[in-house]
Amino acid sequence: MPNRTVDKVAVEARAASFKTRSIKKDSKRQGLLMVSSMIDLTTLEGKDSAAKVRALCQKAVQPDASLPHVSPVAAVCVYPRWVSLARELVADSGVKVASVATAFPSGQVDLETKLADVRAAVTAGADEIDMVIHRGAFLSGQLQVVADEIRAVKDACAAAHLKVILETGELETYDNVVRASELAIASGADFIKTSTGKVSPAATMPVTLVMLETIRSHFLATGQMIGMKPAGGISTAKDALHYLVMLKETLGDAWLTPEWFRFGASSLLNDVLLQLHRLESGQYAAHYDVTES
Amino acid sequence: MSTTDRLAVLKTYKLFINGAFPRTESGRTLLVEDKKGNPLAHLCHASRKDLRNSVVAARKAAPGWAKRSAYNRTQILYRMAEMLEGKSEEFAAAIASTVPGGKSRASKEVAAAVDRLVAFAGWADKFGQVLGCNNPVAAPFYNFTIAEPMGVVCVVAPAEEPLLGLISLLAPVICAGNTAVVVGSTEHPLATAILGEVCATSDVPAGVINLLTGLRPELLEVMAGHRDVDGISAAGCAKAERTTLELGAAENLKRVTVDSSKGKDWYDLQKMNSPYRIQPFVEMKTIWHPSGA
Repeated sequence: MPNRTVDKVAVEARAASFKTRSIKKDSKRQGLLMVSSMIDLTTLEGKDSAAKVRALCQKAVQPDASLPHVSPVAAVCVYPRWVSLARELVADSGVKVASVATAFPSGQVDLETKLADVRAAVTAGADEIDMVIHRGAFLSGQLQVVADEIRAVKDACAAAHLKVILETGELETYDNVVRASELAIASGADFIKTSTGKVSPAATMPVTLVMLETIRSHFLATGQMIGMKPAGGISTAKDALHYLVMLKETLGDAWLTPEWFRFGASSLLNDVLLQLHRLESGQYAAHYDVTES
Repeated sequence: MSTTDRLAVLKTYKLFINGAFPRTESGRTLLVEDKKGNPLAHLCHASRKDLRNSVVAARKAAPGWAKRSAYNRTQILYRMAEMLEGKSEEFAAAIASTVPGGKSRASKEVAAAVDRLVAFAGWADKFGQVLGCNNPVAAPFYNFTIAEPMGVVCVVAPAEEPLLGLISLLAPVICAGNTAVVVGSTEHPLATAILGEVCATSDVPAGVINLLTGLRPELLEVMAGHRDVDGISAAGCAKAERTTLELGAAENLKRVTVDSSKGKDWYDLQKMNSPYRIQPFVEMKTIWHPSGA
């Protein structure tokens, strides 16, 4: 594997440049609708309950009853124990069920336990598996351990899509982000994902740009498309639109679909809905104009 | 180098939103001129998006501020008075530079503003006893009525008495446990621009007081229509402005209070220090508590 290095200053300057575009009126409306269709509506908390998952799935299938033109989100993302319930609730709405597995968020258990976690989620009906890499092994240079784990998980996924979470907030440098992205892609990842959302910083624009560039290099070398999912910390519609600008100007239109790009988020959807309400009515909406979950 | 060789260090006046001092997102500025027409300063010309961001900050801060003990709100309001007292020279000079009447009038205004804060610091843990009550009911209930904060209240300061007028409207609002978004005097905005420094050093939690300088007509309409604003306290309004406020407010039934005080009225202690100035910004809750007959 070639040892790529990243120009930190240039990446951060380029990422910041995507924030200066003015997106108004109809392009904003279209952008917002695209954002909502790309959301993996997520609940990953110790206090998750059946009622919470029900509310989440309901919102995923119909984000806002008063905005019928807003299509369902891309997926719901839950812990493995809620997969079967979520599967039943989203039914044939087109919303996918994603589950974190492999001892999310730390990944600090042995491989057999991770694989059992993955198989359980797949058997329960998960369409997509979000795994975490073994960051301890990665940072201590045991790249083969990380690669073998990803491969084993990919096998356990069977038909389910595999998203590999790099947890970039723990990887220290952009060079490591490139290395981890390449490793994940070479080991069978369908998607690469920035973060668990449990570590700060989570997704940032520069880190996402570095990962998008890695996907581009891979595509130019092999012709194979890999998906991208920034997760954690993207909570406003404005931020999300900046990400779409970055995506379009880095990977192009082919990636501008929920099939190749997702936002892992819980509060982003409500901000998007509030913005859409404003575009409809001309007035800023109230917090009680949207549902909680 | 002698002291006269020093370069002048001029203050950059900014907005105060969510406990920070951002520039307006619009990048626009307003020129403030002294009484002779000489340029004094360039101030932020707040846009509707700054107003929106302020309301988001105020909404986020509202539950925490409402939950503070009344005694703690007393302490914080008193702390504001202390800090304002310490900056009274600066405020008086800033006010006198644009408001007719000279330095002695301005000093008097600042002193009155400090005293107004002290008065409402005193009311914070007492107004509940004045506005609330026990209700005699002919049934086995203990029935009582208490005052609760409304939520987010916008304050529109009058043009004259730019500091005293502003404080006279703001103090009752936050005293009751509401959070505030303040639009300062368009004609004499310097006091509003400096007040953020008082808030930032008074343990006022981020988002409880947000201060905007800008053109009032631009912001009034957005404020009136904003569904996440629960109340508006305005003064010095022309008839057309009042109509704008009430028309917009009808949309979500926000409560609009327009104060018609002028000139000497702001110094009328009987009127201005009354706890009934708090009443428009609370919701009365009546509780029926079962009790033995």
